[in-house]
Amino acid sequence: MSFRLLRGVIGVGVLTHYGFASKEYTYYYYYGDALLTICLYFVVLHLFSHVFDEMRAERYLRFGASLLLVGTAIFSYLAVHQASNRLITRFVIEMSQNLYFIGLVLTYVLWGAMLKLRESRTQLVQLVLSLGVHFSAFAASYALRNLNPDWHVALQYLAQASGIWLPAAWTYTLLRTPADARLVPARLAVMHR
Amino acid sequence: MIAGLILAASLIALLQFFVFYCRSLIAATSTQVLSVQTRDVAGIEDARVAGGDFGRLLELVQLCPERREDRLPIRFVRAYYRLLNLLSLTFAKMFPDVGAWAERERGGCAYFAAVTLDRRIAFSRNLMAQQMSDQL
Repeated sequence: MSFRLLRGVIGVGVLTHYGFASKEYTYYYYYGDALLTICLYFVVLHLFSHVFDEMRAERYLRFGASLLLVGTAIFSYLAVHQASNRLITRFVIEMSQNLYFIGLVLTYVLWGAMLKLRESRTQLVQLVLSLGVHFSAFAASYALRNLNPDWHVALQYLAQASGIWLPAAWTYTLLRTPADARLVPARLAVMHR
Repeated sequence: MIAGLILAASLIALLQFFVFYCRSLIAATSTQVLSVQTRDVAGIEDARVAGGDFGRLLELVQLCPERREDRLPIRFVRAYYRLLNLLSLTFAKMFPDVGAWAERERGGCAYFAAVTLDRRIAFSRNLMAQQMSDQL
């Protein structure tokens, strides 16, 4: 959250100094976003360690996630390298799409593990689910931008609107959901007959 | 090609995570018992609340003084309720099981609204009691 705030404050500075259509702001926006996504990876890892705290699998998780991160960067680079005549911002959009998608996959795996291990802490369940919404919304919007580069203005506003989701949902969960509240996650995922 | 696959998978995951998140908000209220006053005000006779009452209950909620902590969950559950309405209108006739499930979920949303109303009534009573004790 602090990184997000910091990025926003610096972003306003860059925006007022260089302008919205400048290259500097574009680079700052996309690379800042990629860094924030990597920070969110660490949050997902931390949540993994909460879920697996009795199994002492932290070292393996860290190794697996680092491997995934490096793999994503290499894959994105190779994908764009084939079309090197395109702009470098194209690389950032492709990388962001892949980073968000990997985040989504990690969150999905975490959610699956929570269902399997019958994790019942309401706070943890809501934090993970809101993170899933965040990653999937951004992965979808970047994928759409990748498919239709002409829609970038409309999709940028959509991305800004979905950016509010995570701080709002986490603030609500951390401030308003009692730490000792419990629920059965399996009941959320099942269609009762 | 890859972007298309990512788009499809992300949209499915988005829908799934959003539904689970809203259900987690609803599940947190499902075990709470409604007070007699709220039942009287809302005209609820037994423990169940019909899905169709959601809109009416939300109107009653909006008549009470606002509690900051309610604002976000109400928005999310309202969006979920609209999604369920859309599901009922489109797929319920083709798949009766889906229709029945959507109706149960709409009932859950309505119960969530009833619990929110209950909390707001209790909040207004406390507020009034506080004001009266300040005046004395």
